[in-house]
Amino acid sequence: MTMTNHRPRPDRTPAPDAPSRRTLLRVMMGTGAGLTLGLVLPGSEPAAAADGDNTTDAGSADLAPNAFVRLARDGRVTVICKHLEMGQGVYTGLCALVAEELDAPWDSVHPAPAPADAALYNNLYWGPLQGTGASTSLANAFEQMRRAGAVARAMLVRAAAEAWDVPPDEIETTDGRLRHAAGDRSAGYGEMAAAAAALPVPDPDTVPLKDPATFRLIGRVDLHRPDAAAKIDGSALYASDIRLPGMLVARIRRPPRFGATVKSVNTEAALAVPGVKAVTPLPAGAGLAVVAEMPWQTARALAVLAVEWDDSATVTTGTDAILERYREQAKTPGTVVRNQGDAAAALTKPDSVAIEATYDVPYQAHAPMETPSAVAHLTDSGIEIWTASQTPTTDVLAVAEAARVDPARVTLHPTFAGGSFGLRARPDGGCARDVAAIARALAEQGIGAPVQLVWTREDEIRGGWYRPMALHTVSGAVDANGRPTAWRHRVVCQSILKGTVFEGPLMGDGIDPTCVEGVADLPYAVPNMYLDLHMPETGVPVLWWRAGGHSHTAFATESFVDELAHAAGTDPLALRLDLLRDAHPDMLNVLLLVADKAGWAAPLAPGRGRGLAVHRSRGTSVAQVAEVTVKDSTIVVDRVVCAVHCGLPVNPSVIRAQVEGAIVFGLSAALRGRITMDDTGAVEQSNFHNFEVLRMAAVPDIEVHILPSTAAPTGIGEPALPPVAPAVANAVFAATGTRLRSLPLRLKG
Amino acid sequence: MARLTVNGSSKSIDVAPDTSLLSALRDVLNLTGTKYGCGIAQCGACTVLVNGDAVQACQAYVGDLGDAEITTIEGLSGPIGDALKAAWLTHDATECGHCQPGQIMRAAALLAETPDPDDAAIRTAMNGNLCRCGTYGRIHAAIRTAATSLSDPAKG
Ligand code: FES
Ligand code: FES
Repeated sequence: MTMTNHRPRPDRTPAPDAPSRRTLLRVMMGTGAGLTLGLVLPGSEPAAAADGDNTTDAGSADLAPNAFVRLARDGRVTVICKHLEMGQGVYTGLCALVAEELDAPWDSVHPAPAPADAALYNNLYWGPLQGTGASTSLANAFEQMRRAGAVARAMLVRAAAEAWDVPPDEIETTDGRLRHAAGDRSAGYGEMAAAAAALPVPDPDTVPLKDPATFRLIGRVDLHRPDAAAKIDGSALYASDIRLPGMLVARIRRPPRFGATVKSVNTEAALAVPGVKAVTPLPAGAGLAVVAEMPWQTARALAVLAVEWDDSATVTTGTDAILERYREQAKTPGTVVRNQGDAAAALTKPDSVAIEATYDVPYQAHAPMETPSAVAHLTDSGIEIWTASQTPTTDVLAVAEAARVDPARVTLHPTFAGGSFGLRARPDGGCARDVAAIARALAEQGIGAPVQLVWTREDEIRGGWYRPMALHTVSGAVDANGRPTAWRHRVVCQSILKGTVFEGPLMGDGIDPTCVEGVADLPYAVPNMYLDLHMPETGVPVLWWRAGGHSHTAFATESFVDELAHAAGTDPLALRLDLLRDAHPDMLNVLLLVADKAGWAAPLAPGRGRGLAVHRSRGTSVAQVAEVTVKDSTIVVDRVVCAVHCGLPVNPSVIRAQVEGAIVFGLSAALRGRITMDDTGAVEQSNFHNFEVLRMAAVPDIEVHILPSTAAPTGIGEPALPPVAPAVANAVFAATGTRLRSLPLRLKG
Repeated sequence: MARLTVNGSSKSIDVAPDTSLLSALRDVLNLTGTKYGCGIAQCGACTVLVNGDAVQACQAYVGDLGDAEITTIEGLSGPIGDALKAAWLTHDATECGHCQPGQIMRAAALLAETPDPDDAAIRTAMNGNLCRCGTYGRIHAAIRTAATSLSDPAKG
C-alpha cells in the first residue's frame, strides 16, 4: 500500500463566508465539555475533503457516501482521517476500521488527512472540537469509522442487487468484490461505485455492523502501516518540507527569559544582510522574526539584530527557587479534590505506622524530532496554512486573529507531524499563529509571498510550553495487620488550562484535571483517602505532554504504594493485588500477567533489582516490571516487561509500537532529560547535548503482552508511559535500598 | 557557485562555500528527505552518505565536498538500500518517520562496512541517531533482517 504525496497547490480558493467560528466556538464551549455534536449527516459532503497535502487524489471518487469514505472507479478506497498522524499509527487504525466493514482489501485503502472542519470531523469525546490527543483517536472513532465503511458497503450491495435483480441478502462481499453465488454474477467495487452513488444513503446509526467474530483485518498482526513507504523513501511531507514558489523563510528571536517583551529593536544591520526582506514582530511582543530568501541569511541577520527587552514582566526565578516555593506551599492545605473517610485521624492512630514522602518532577520539553513548523500564504481571498495540528479548530481561530482574516477564510492543509507528544496542541495556536502574524506583517510591507517558519531545536528546548514541574507530598498509614488505612496526598502543580480557551469548560470547579488525573481517581481501596491541590503561577508556559498529568501522578502514587508495602513488610505485588480488589478487573489482570511474564518472585543477583508499577489512564490498564542493574551509582535498565489491556486490539503491531515508544519516552524522562532555569530565569538546556533523550545503546529489552479483549478499544498512545518511572525507581530501591523520589532518577556517587 | 554530486548527478548551486550540506540539499536542491533535527551533530536526522560513509549533513560544508559522491535517501538504491527498505516495512519501523531517513542512511553505511553486525555493532553504529518515537527495537531488528537477507537472499 502506498501514499502519494502531492506538493501543495497554492491556488486554492478559500471557502465562502460562514458565521464566525470564534462565535461558534464560544457558544459551543460554553455548553460544557461533555457536549457531543451530532454525527455527520448521511450524504453530507466535506468541504475540501481529501484535499490535503499528503493525500491521495480523491477527486475522482465515484462513491462518497459520507465524510470519511471515497470509492473510485478503479476500486481505490480513500479513508479521510480526522486525526493527525504524528507517528501514533492512527491512519492504520482508522483505515482498518473502514476497510473491515467495507470488506475492502487492505492494499486498496489509502489514508488522506481531513481538512479543518469541526462540524464533520470533531473528536466525539471533545464535543465540538476537532482534535487529536489524550489517546482518544481510535476510541472515539471506533464505531463512527466502522459505520462509515458499513454504509458504503450497504450501498454497493444494494446497487448490485438492483443491477442483477436479486435480493440484497443473497449478495456476499469479500476483498473488494460483490458476488451473487447462486446466479454466478460478480463485480468489483469500482464497477458498482457509480450505480451505488445514485442510491439514497442509509442511516449510519442503523446500518448493520459485523459480528466481531468475523473480523478479518481488525486484530490482524501483519497489517502494515499505510504511511510507512513514504516515510521510508523520504517523500513524506512535513510542514518543514513544504516548498512553494517564491516562498520566504522565517527564523525567530525569542526573549532570553519567559515573559519579556520587545522594548526596542535596531533592524538596520539585519536588514542589510543580503536576501533579508523584513524583521517582523511576533504576537504579544514575544519576540521577532527575520524573514529572508534562504535560512542561512536569517541566521546571519539574527546574529546582528539588536533587541532591547522589556523585563517588567520577566520570570527571573530559577527552578530551584520555584521548587523551594512549592515545598513551602505543600505545607499548607490546598483546594480539596477528594475526601473519603478521615485521613488525618487515621494517620495518627496509635497502632499504625505512618510514613510521609515527597516526590518531584521537573519541567520537560517535548522535543519531537521535527521542530514546530508552519507555512502561511496570505492573499486577498484569505490565508492558507500548511502545518501539523493536533487542534485544528482552535488553531484556525488563532491564525484568523493573527492574520486578521475571517476564520471562514482560513484553509488548513494538514501535513504529517514529525512527532508531537502534545506540543502541536498549543491552545494559543503556536507556530501556525506565529507564521500567520508574520505573513500579515509582510503583507503590510507589500510582500505577498508565502512564508515558512521553522523553529530551531534551541527555539523548541528553550521556548517553554513544558510539561509542568510538580511536587507531590504523600502521607500514609498501615495498621497492625499491614493494611493501608490512610492516604493523604497533596499536589503542587501549575495549571495548564488556566487562562486558555479550555479553562471555562474544563475547570468549572476551579480544579485543573490535568494536575491530578491519576491520583484523583486512584483505585486503591484505602478507607481514608484525601487529595488536595495547589496551582501556583510561575510565568513559565506549560502544556500537555505525553500522558498529561499521569506522567507525574503515577510516579508519586506507584512509588508511594511501594513505600507502603515496605513499611508494612508486604510484597509490593501482594499489596497491590489486595488494594485493587474493588478496582477495574483489568488492573488485576495486567498485574497478574506481568508478574508471571517477568518472573516477579525469581531471585536476582546482588546489585540488580526488580520494580513493579500499575496504572490506569485513558481507559487502559498497564502494568510493568522493570529490571535494573546498579553499578558505581549508575542505573542501567536491562528489561521492561509490560502487560496492557486496551480493549479490542485493533492493530496489535501499532499497539506494540506505541507501548514500546511510550516506554522509551518515559525512560528518557525517568533517567535523562529535564528542563531547568538558572537563578536569573534563563533556561539552561538548549539542544540534545544537554537535554538528553534515550539513545539506542541504553534501550532495554522491552516485552509487550497484550491482553485479549472484546471490549471497545481504549487509549494506547500514552498509557504505557506513566508506570515506567516508578517501576524503575522501585527497582532501584530493590537493588540498593535507596529510595529515589526525584526525576530524573540519579544516585549520588 | 558551487558544484555537488548528488544521487549520481552533478548539480551547480548558487551558494557560499560555507553553506551546510543540509541546507544545500533541503533548501536549494529541494531534497527534503534529509531532515533537520538539531543542527549540532547530536541527532543524526540529517545523515547522508558521502563517498559511502555516513556523514551528518549539518556538519559538512559545500566548499569542502569537492566531487565527493553524495547519496541521500531519495537516491538510496542497490542491494543494501533495497534490503533495508524492505526490512523497515516488514518490521513497521517507522512511527512519525522524521528520524527514519537518517536511520536508514546510517544503517546503509553500517551494512556496507559490516555485512553481519552483531548487537553491539548495531548499537554502537546507530547510537548517534535519535528516535524520539522510540522505534529503536524495530530499527535494530530491521537491520538484522536486512543483513540476513543480504547474506542469504532466500531467507530475506
Ligand atoms: S541535524 Fe545534523 S545531527 Fe542533528
Ligand atoms: S519515528 Fe519519530 S523520531 Fe523516529
